[in-house]
Amino acid sequence: MNSFMKWIHKWGSPPWFYRVSGMMLPWLTGLFVITLVYGLYAGLVLAPADYQQGDSFRIIYVHVPAAWMGMFIYMVMAAAAVVHLVWRIKIADVVLISSAPIGASFAFIALVTGSLWGKPMWGTWWTWDARLTSELLLLFIYLGIIALHSAVEDRQSAGRATAVLTLVGVVNIPIIHYSVVWWNTLHQGTTVMRLDGPAIAPEMLWPLLSMAIAFKLYYVIVMMLRARGEILARETKSRWVRELVGGE
Amino acid sequence: MSVWQAFIELLKRDLRLAMRRRAEIANPLLFFVMVIVLFPLGVGAEPNLLERMSAGVVWVAALLAALLTLDSIFRSDFEDGTLEQLLLSAQPLSVMVLAKVVAHWLVTGLPLLLVAPLLAMLLGMKSAAMGTLMLSLLLGTPVLSLIGAIGVALTVGLRRAGVILSLLVLPLYVPVLIFGAAAVDAAASGLPVAGQLYILAAFLAMALSLAPVAAASALRISLS
Repeated sequence: MNSFMKWIHKWGSPPWFYRVSGMMLPWLTGLFVITLVYGLYAGLVLAPADYQQGDSFRIIYVHVPAAWMGMFIYMVMAAAAVVHLVWRIKIADVVLISSAPIGASFAFIALVTGSLWGKPMWGTWWTWDARLTSELLLLFIYLGIIALHSAVEDRQSAGRATAVLTLVGVVNIPIIHYSVVWWNTLHQGTTVMRLDGPAIAPEMLWPLLSMAIAFKLYYVIVMMLRARGEILARETKSRWVRELVGGE
Repeated sequence: MSVWQAFIELLKRDLRLAMRRRAEIANPLLFFVMVIVLFPLGVGAEPNLLERMSAGVVWVAALLAALLTLDSIFRSDFEDGTLEQLLLSAQPLSVMVLAKVVAHWLVTGLPLLLVAPLLAMLLGMKSAAMGTLMLSLLLGTPVLSLIGAIGVALTVGLRRAGVILSLLVLPLYVPVLIFGAAAVDAAASGLPVAGQLYILAAFLAMALSLAPVAAASALRISLS
């Protein structure tokens, strides 16, 4: 057994995951608070206002990292789906289903902040912009995954069915995205103002990267908390859980 | 029995079963016609407006009609236990799934394709676009059946599968809709359509090779 498989099996054991995630959580939370406070302060106070968009550009400190997370979490879920289907690792299933609502929330936040930004900039709450539309479709795919998982009663087949659907989605997401981009350029020449133009200034970029890291940490923290709860619920009858909660 | 023979036998069986229940073939067509009739009633009967919308409306209606019929790919076989026998048979399940999807498309997709030009006429589509409409539906509707088969395979064991099925499948239909409607639009305005049709053909090739495998593994999960 090579070291990769060893690593997977180690992390795949519920008690190990529970213990190690418990040890990691305080550190992750500390880092999250630091990056979040720096990102927010530097982004909302220190960074200069944009010469065209004024202060309303500052929404990118929430909007852009949320949009990134929407995609990133889906990739994590797809990786978890492969691990779950190929090696039947229980934790992968837990990670997958704990991640789905978080990913859906981030996609939703990206859409809401995008439309809030669109009102002063484009003069409308919603335009059929390619990126907004494909983000909306991504949200639908997340919701489909959540709906399927809650509809299947048997826990085990729910997990595996969700994993298959996630993989079908991961093949389709790039196709959907590029179809929508192509569709948009066909139907309307995009004349709306875009963020590109001059490359983003460093004092605007650093807070953005800091916020991106903060969002990733937030995801890991919430995912671990949800996964720990899910593990305890699933393994209620096992000995280590009984010892942990001090029951008989 | 060779794989090819098994494929043909299953295809014949499914077609024979479908022929015994002809009303079930007619109902989706009726739905297709009704949806298209609703559009002029809803948006008004201006010929220009209808002509502009015709490509998209026909495609959306075809997509919804296809969605409506999906459940019948596996449902009755699931209920009477045939599906479990297929799972146990020595033939590769993905090929069996493909046979069922082909039969389903012949029964539901092909009639849709034949009715579509008539309905496009109702909406005032230019006759120059008719050929492209047929061709785009010919390439696109099998993709709808193939992708749909994955969704049905995932939900076949569920009691209220209908709504969940549409939630799962509709986002995946978006690319087919975009390129199908775009091809017809381009043909109506006299532009070349080869690009859009090639992409639809590429979708079909990809769905033909990947979807049966995904649907087969989904079926194994649903029936485990």
